[in-house]
Amino acid sequence: MAYSDKVVDHYNNPRNVGSFGKETPGVGTGLVGAPECGDVMKLQIRVNLETGVIEDAKFKTFGCGSAIASSSLATEWLKGKTIDEAAKIKNTDIVNELKLPPVKIHCSVLAEDAIKAALADYKEKHASVPSGAASK
Amino acid sequence: MFANNEIGTIQDVAAIGKLAKEKGIIFHTDATQAVGKIPVDVEAMGIDLLSCTAHLIYGPKGVGALYVRRKGPRVRIAPMMDGGGHERGMRSGTLPVPLIVGFGKAAEISREVMAEEGARLAKLRDRLQDVILSSVEEAFLNGRPDRRLPQNLNISFAYVEGESVLMGLNKETALSSGSACTSSTLEPSYVIAALGASAELAHSSIRFSLHRFTTAEEVEYVGQRTIEVIKRLREMSPLYELAKEGVDIKTIKWKAD
Repeated sequence: MAYSDKVVDHYNNPRNVGSFGKETPGVGTGLVGAPECGDVMKLQIRVNLETGVIEDAKFKTFGCGSAIASSSLATEWLKGKTIDEAAKIKNTDIVNELKLPPVKIHCSVLAEDAIKAALADYKEKHASVPSGAASK
Repeated sequence: MFANNEIGTIQDVAAIGKLAKEKGIIFHTDATQAVGKIPVDVEAMGIDLLSCTAHLIYGPKGVGALYVRRKGPRVRIAPMMDGGGHERGMRSGTLPVPLIVGFGKAAEISREVMAEEGARLAKLRDRLQDVILSSVEEAFLNGRPDRRLPQNLNISFAYVEGESVLMGLNKETALSSGSACTSSTLEPSYVIAALGASAELAHSSIRFSLHRFTTAEEVEYVGQRTIEVIKRLREMSPLYELAKEGVDIKTIKWKAD
């Protein structure tokens, strides 16, 4: 199977691999997929509690190169977005950016699910904090 | 299968042949992986029909052979195609002479070098196995250790997915995460799954195939590269992280996509 240059680049130089410490404030975590399906993504966001802006994002992925690239790309895109803006990232954006073939579309779907799960987890844990462009 | 294409396990074909004979059953074996690699004897093993292919013994692609027993018992098969009645009516169509000659020559060479080559490949394979299994924790040998094709090595690496391992090694090596027959599907290996491995480990199996031209240097190189790639992917794996934290992955309620 031929991989696009962008997928290869993310695979060889994944961005933002890692995890936040359990005590780090403003973190939301999404864990999606299943080992028996061959894909598991853990995606985390760290949100500035005053501005509602995602300042950092990290991931760890069990899966093929396209799954790794999809989650790596997602962490890049999440940084600097408000959580409302982040919720607008669509799997099709990831497909287009990475030129994923049809057989790998599910990797981008899983990345979108991971983003949504991380945002939901953040909102649940920080119900009292304003979301969206709360800075100004 | 005489010998399995993914894990290299060699079946006790002689025992199956004997049993089939006792019960009056015609016995066919797919010996694609075995012919040219280990001794195959249709008389001693009670084989009535046997199929094999040229490209796995360094012959041309596009030609194979079907052995059909003529007596004791005489096996009659119905042709899949009708036509000019070539090959005693079993397979009509003009014969591709260059392919057949190439197959014949490849078989002749394989027969000459088989014993020596098998011993050499088994030694190299065992070395590759030792290099990897002695350095990588939770790596599991698939197949039966004492009844394997000499050129085959199949290992499952916990916490990493097979295709991502291949991607890390594909610049310099040609490996597979299943068999060529299933390389365009995303399904986990049904062979590994049938061994009773968890579905996750079936997604994590890599087949290393050695061949006539494999060198000791290449084995060392591939072994070290494999160790590096597995280490890198595990640092990226949420499953490895969970396992290190002492979480049993099987107890997590995964939401399948």
